[in-house]
Formats: sequence, structure tokens, C-alpha cells
Amino acid sequence: MTDALPRPSVRTRLAGRGVDSVTLLALPAVILLFALFIYPFGYGLWLSFTPKDGGALANYAKFFSDPFLYDTLAKTFWLAAPVTVLNVVVAIPTALRVRLARRSRLLTTILVLPITLGTVLVAEGLLTYLGPQGWLNRVLITLGLISHPLRLLHNYWGVFLSLFITGFPFAFLLTLSYVSGVDPALENAAATLGAGPRRRFWAILLPLLLPGLAITLCLSFVQAFSVFPSAVLLGAPAGPTRVISIAAYQAAFEDYDYSMASAIAIIMGVAQLAVVALILAGRGLLYRGPAGGGKG
Amino acid sequence: MGIRAANFRELRFDKLSRSFGSMQALKDVDLTIEKGEFVALLGPSGCGKSTTLNILAGLTPATSGGIWLDLTRIDTLRPEQRGFGMVFQNYALFPHMSVRANIGFGLKMRGAAKAEIARKVDEAIAMVRLQGQEDKLPGQLSGGQQQRVAIARAIVVEPPLVLMDEPLSNLDAKLRIEMRAEIRRIHNSLGATTIYVTHDQEEALSLADRIVVMREGAVRQIGAPDELYARPAHMDVAEFMGFRNRLAGKLTALEGERTSVRIGGADLGGVARAPMAVGDPIVVAARPEDMTVDAEAAVSIPVTVTSCEFHGHAFLCGGIGSGGAEVWFRSRRRLALGAEARLGVDAGKALVFPTREP
Repeated sequence: MTDALPRPSVRTRLAGRGVDSVTLLALPAVILLFALFIYPFGYGLWLSFTPKDGGALANYAKFFSDPFLYDTLAKTFWLAAPVTVLNVVVAIPTALRVRLARRSRLLTTILVLPITLGTVLVAEGLLTYLGPQGWLNRVLITLGLISHPLRLLHNYWGVFLSLFITGFPFAFLLTLSYVSGVDPALENAAATLGAGPRRRFWAILLPLLLPGLAITLCLSFVQAFSVFPSAVLLGAPAGPTRVISIAAYQAAFEDYDYSMASAIAIIMGVAQLAVVALILAGRGLLYRGPAGGGKG
Repeated sequence: MGIRAANFRELRFDKLSRSFGSMQALKDVDLTIEKGEFVALLGPSGCGKSTTLNILAGLTPATSGGIWLDLTRIDTLRPEQRGFGMVFQNYALFPHMSVRANIGFGLKMRGAAKAEIARKVDEAIAMVRLQGQEDKLPGQLSGGQQQRVAIARAIVVEPPLVLMDEPLSNLDAKLRIEMRAEIRRIHNSLGATTIYVTHDQEEALSLADRIVVMREGAVRQIGAPDELYARPAHMDVAEFMGFRNRLAGKLTALEGERTSVRIGGADLGGVARAPMAVGDPIVVAARPEDMTVDAEAAVSIPVTVTSCEFHGHAFLCGGIGSGGAEVWFRSRRRLALGAEARLGVDAGKALVFPTREP
């Protein structure tokens, strides 16, 4: 009769579940995450439920009863959604073309440059560029395409263009990496089976790119929705381009009502989360496996 | 069988060349293929066989030269206009489409009616013996099954030409042998013309009606498998066909094709494969299977045994001859390392080539 094996030590049992000294390497990141994100977020959430006067939900009630406040949601959507869609739609053919180009690295660098400039610099630059005496208007007038300058500043279009320019590099980079992940042999196979360039795109490329494009949409949307400097510098912050981040800013630094500001920030986060959840739910219905052609 | 391949008489490559910058991948390839033939393009990596196939499929352009299908020039057509079926090395199955949708893709691109597509896809699935897998995604199939889907997808459109780019190289040994027979069976029942690229001489020998041996972008020899096996025209072709031994020596006598060569002090018989004169430095090519341990032979080559591998039916041994040349030979019994052995070679099976060859 053999003796039963001694019970494994705590260390061994933990290691069996994937917890060992290497796991401890994650600790600094967890601490940082907690200190710089989870705690401030939790604090802000709590703050939003402790308004200056009224019950716990007073801030939220105030937001949704004041048109000056809840209109900001619609206005931000109205800016962020079209810009995001345009970004992704333009990124696709651009990425496909750059992938095939000989100087693809140079082209990629040029197209990604605006990301390095930052939103404030781009907005400032556009103030001059899009003005009535700016380059764009002068060129269009000289070419005879328009007779008097376009009003692109201090309105919706200025912000739109600024968001597009600063958001495009990001969407482009993501799309380029997804496009590169599709096995070129698949397109070759489709070609030998009689599919021209258009049908190869719609039947083979696009379905395989869709899951990646969904992610790109999510990330681009979140970025666009939090627009602030562009809206302030190039928009009309009191009117048509009064985005939700401006409302939060005013609550915090003009009214000194941090509780309200936190509430607005939470609402902003929930709106972004709702859109992301919607897109990801749609993505879940698609084929999300590897975009390669088989073994080997 | 409902699927029969379309008609043409011959496919002709005319001085086909392809260079990538300064590197010449193909040099003036001339080749004529008749309808119904199974032609193998055989050669080591980098010899240009895949490049030839890709140019034929239209996936890469030729730098000069042309390809004619009967009287029509086809190398100026885009791949979607050529109508050839192609099986890729990694199968290139559309991962987001079911087996049925994959196979039916070519028919769909041609605008066939839904009922007809369904019928032909069913026939193709029956032909490659994949019944029951129609609705699975490629990722759910094994390698052999994926390969059969790739073949079905290529043949269902009844193409005049079927192109295969090393389709068996990703399968394990047993499956490879099974699928080899399948491919030949499909070729026969389809009445197709097949061009098959491989680096495996065993595959080429067992499948092809004619083999085109290529090396460094040029065609080295074209012939039936038995011809190439027994009588390769050049030293590099011989090596590729399994003539592992290269024994350097001097030509001592020449009578028609029969030669006498001096190697390591012994005079051996052989068959000349190129014009040569007495006194020329030559190389004798022989298969390990044709060199045997024969102590009683009148003429034999002495070697010192350096290795001995068990191959089931016999031992494959390696040794060093006088002069330091490596020799591979067969033995019925295991030999001790360092032992001396005397090897004989059948005169009819030893091929003699001039030392410096174009």
C-alpha cells in the first residue's frame, strides 16, 4: 500500500493557477492603473452624486432638463460621428494604395505627421489657413471655383476639418496594419477565379477587414467625441459647436462646480461607451478569424 | 462525370523571361504543352518554376517573351480574364466563406445561375470526396481536406488548364502519397491539362507524363519520367534525379557511347552523355543503389566506410574513396565504421559527363 502524496505547498498550488513571482511584475502597472485611473474615476463618479444642493441625482437631472446642457450631446455626436465615418472611409483606399506603393514608408510618414503636431497646433494653423485671406480660399478664388471666400472659421466646418486632419493619421495607421494582415494569396486566388479588382474588394478584402475597421471606428469615435481645443479655437463655443467637453470645462473652471463637471464627464463617458458597445456587438456577428489562406 | 475540361490544342511558351532588377529569374524559357498532358516543372528552390507558373496565371508579368494558347496570345490578359484553375501552395482558401461558397466562387464570378452553381459544386465535392463538409469554414478542416477544397475550387469551373504550385508540400508523408493518387485520378477523369510545380522528384516521376527540369531560370531537360530517370542529359539534372555520387576521373577509352574511365587507379565502364575525347577530365554519376559492395568484382573502387544508415530493405552507407571523394552506396549488411570496402558499379548505370559543363 503506497502512502498518499504530501499535499502540495501553497506556492505550487498558486503556480498551478498561473500565479507566481513573475505575476508580481504586473504589480507596478496595477498600482499605477489604480492610482491614476481607477481611483480618480471612482472619486469623480462619487463626486457626481454629491451635488451642491439637491439629492444624489440632482446633477444628472439638471443636465437633462437644461437644453443648453443636453444639446451638447447632440452637437458632439453631430461632429464626431460624420468625422469618424469619413476618416475610416478615406483611410481604406488610402491604405490599400499606400500598401502597394514603392515609397510606402515615405508616404506613411507624411500621412501620419499631423499626429505629431497635436490638436492645438493644428487648430492654430487652420485659423490662418482656412481664413478669408488664407491659402485655401485664395487658391479656390484664383482657380475660379468660387467668387467669394468660404466661411470655414468659427463654425461647424472649421472644427470638422480640424478633427479630420488630426484623426485621420490614427485611422490610417490602424487600417494599414489590418490591410497588411490579409494574405495577398487570397486576392490572387480570387483573381484566378475571375474576380476583377472591384469584386475582389467587396467579396474578399472588405469582409476580412470589417472586424478591424470596427475597432478603428470605436477608437476614432472616442477620440473625436472628446474634441476640445478644435471646438474652442475654430468653432463657435457658445452656439453650434458647443461640445460636451466645453460644458464640462465651464462647469469646472467658470462655475467652480466640480460635482456638476464630474457628472457631465460621466455622461460623456457613458455616451462613448454606448457607441463602442453597439459597434462591438455588431462586430461579434462577423467572421473574426485569421485572414490567412490556410496551412503553410 | 459532369465536369469535363474545355478544349484547346496546345500551350506554348515563347522565350519567356523575367528579371527582378539585376536578378534574372527566368531566361528564355521555351516549352510546348499539349492538351491532356500532365506536365511537372521540377527543380530546386529558386529555379524559376513558381515564377513560370505565376506568369502563366497572370499574377506577375513577364519581362519579355510570350505565352500562346493555340493562336491566342494570353500573357497580356489579366488573371481574371484567363480562366485557368490554380491551386496555391498554402491553398489560399477564403477563410470567411464556407467550403460550398469557396468552391462556388469561380462560378459565381461568371454569373452562373444559383441552381447550376449548387449542382456543379455538389459534383466537385463528390469528385474530391468531401461530402459532409460543405458548410464548414476552412479553419475547421484538416490540411488534407483544405487541399481538396482548393482543388475542387480550381476545377469546378472546368478550366482549360489547371495550375498547381507545390500543393502537397504542406502535408505529412502519408497524406502526400494518398493525395498524389487523388490528383492523378482527378486529372484523368477531368480530361484536364495540368501543370504541376514541385521540388520533389518522386512526386514528379509518379505523376507526370512529361517532366521539365529547371535550374537557375533555365530549362535543363524535358522528357518522360523514365527517360529522365535513366538518362539525364546534364550533371545537375542527374544529381537532382538521385545520382548522388560524383566521381572525378579521366576518360581512357571511348567506343560509341561506351566509355572506360580511370578512377582511383581502377578502370570502370560507363555511358557517355555528352561529346568527349579520350584524356578529358570527366565526372561519373552513379546512384547509391547502383553501387554495391562487391569484393569479387574484377574492377572495383576501394573506400573507407564513414557512415551506415538502416533503410529497411538495405543499408545506405557513406564512405571516402582514395582522393577524398565522398561515395554513397548500398549494402545488405551493416558495415563497421572505418572498415574497408570494395565497390562495383554496373557499367550501364554509370553516366559519364565532362567535368566543366555549360
